[in-house]
Amino acid sequence: MASEPVPAVRTESLNLWYGTFQALQDVTVRIRSGAITAMIGPSGCGKTTFLRSVNRINERLGYVRTTGRIEVLGHDVQGAGVALTQLRRQVGMVFQRPNPLPLSVRDNVLFGHRVHRTPDAAITRAEEEPILEEALRKVLLWDTVKDRLGARATTLSLEEQQKLCIARLLPLQPRILLMDEPCSALDPRATGAIEELLWDLRGEFTILIVTHNMAQARRASDECIFMLMGRVVEHSPTEEMFVTPRDRRTADYVEGRYG
Amino acid sequence: MFQPTPVDLRNRAREGLVRWLLLGLTLVIILPVLLILGVLAWKGTPALSLEFLFTEPREAMTAGGILPALVGTVWLVAVALLASVPVGVAAAVYLSEYAPDNALTRIINLAIMNLAGVPSIVHALFGVGAFVYFFRFGTSILAASLTLAVMSLPVIIVSTREALQAVPRAFREACWAMGATRWQTIRHVVLPNSVSGILTGVILEVAHTAGETAPIMFTGAAFFVPFLPEGIHDQTMALSLHLFIISTQVPGVPEPVPFAVALVLISLVMSMNAASIWVRTRLRRRKKW
Repeated sequence: MASEPVPAVRTESLNLWYGTFQALQDVTVRIRSGAITAMIGPSGCGKTTFLRSVNRINERLGYVRTTGRIEVLGHDVQGAGVALTQLRRQVGMVFQRPNPLPLSVRDNVLFGHRVHRTPDAAITRAEEEPILEEALRKVLLWDTVKDRLGARATTLSLEEQQKLCIARLLPLQPRILLMDEPCSALDPRATGAIEELLWDLRGEFTILIVTHNMAQARRASDECIFMLMGRVVEHSPTEEMFVTPRDRRTADYVEGRYG
Repeated sequence: MFQPTPVDLRNRAREGLVRWLLLGLTLVIILPVLLILGVLAWKGTPALSLEFLFTEPREAMTAGGILPALVGTVWLVAVALLASVPVGVAAAVYLSEYAPDNALTRIINLAIMNLAGVPSIVHALFGVGAFVYFFRFGTSILAASLTLAVMSLPVIIVSTREALQAVPRAFREACWAMGATRWQTIRHVVLPNSVSGILTGVILEVAHTAGETAPIMFTGAAFFVPFLPEGIHDQTMALSLHLFIISTQVPGVPEPVPFAVALVLISLVMSMNAASIWVRTRLRRRKKW
């Protein structure tokens, strides 16, 4: 155990309440660095809540209360000295519905980069160009949008928009990508394209993906976490979870008898 | 097959009735507007001329033009907007983007609602007490405009807040999730996408402010000033007050003159509205999601 690398995300007895409703109960998990971990479970089981506590974006809702410990890359993220802006730079997030900003494709990709650089870093447009191209190439979007970088991002197709939403995280050089059902608004072909992309990004980034799609979890993840009513029921390698689930409830869920 | 049953026939008759009733009541809205504009145009046009617009009143305001009042109204509205728009928009941004849901926020919201309910004559008295005497601005454009500004704040705040809230939350989350600060999010995403809505509130207030009489009559607008204001510390004439005065206080004003003043006031407001609507549609064309 001692030689095991630092997990990308580690929680210890994490509890979370929305007002009086407890959405996470005693969640203790280790998310393996460099792998794709899928979070599955019926609606309202706390998957998304868990995801949103990793980059602490839940907190904007004033009535959220947490206890327990969340570590990202070995560091506590709830401490007083933690700069949220830096945490979120390291931990990118992709949302359920593609939400490109109502700006041009170019400005979308460079937004995060611009937000984080010092005001005196006089970066010219020419210097931004390679950053832009690299990010778009990595999400396999460069060839489709290179001639319309000035177009409004909202005019792209949904698949392109979702890829753009991934691309705009890359210039920040995040270590972890949180994906909240990134394909739920997409058709099967686009879903396939995004899954392929995830597989390409695997290794370079730790990916934590919430999905309702069992087939997707099975195809596109290394490990699976099954949650039920705010608790982690099972956390195992994907093949194991689908072939030889340890828990009866997991078996029922992955075989479609429940949820 | 497919023949209407008695129930269908009854529903159909009721459907027709409701439709015509709603249309009729909607047309009732147009009627007063047309009547007001029609009467003003019909009765006031004979007195309108370039001389009327660009000269000063003569012979105890029974002859001559309305230039000082026209210019005065523009001054009053402009200075009032300069004061109310920054404060109102700032307050709305705070309330929409920063304010937590706590007692202080609720008190602020309550205050805004109450401010909107204060009658304009009470605003006038407040203006006299606060701006004319306490801050020693005297009866001046400054005092009058600030009174108007206080009066228009609630509308500007509420309409701006609505405009900000209309920007989808997903955009904010996208920005926050990239580590943008609240202000960066507001500055680059929220404000640019709500300008058109904010302008709508401001337009409403331009019209409202230009037409108000009570709040300015003790604070800065004068019965008769034979010269144009040169700065915010001067007193001034104003179209709304001028209209009131020549309609009720001055004997021997030819009949078309008050109508012409009203016509100018309305045209002024409508042309400002038209300009803002033009700006708004141009801004809105950029916005798509």
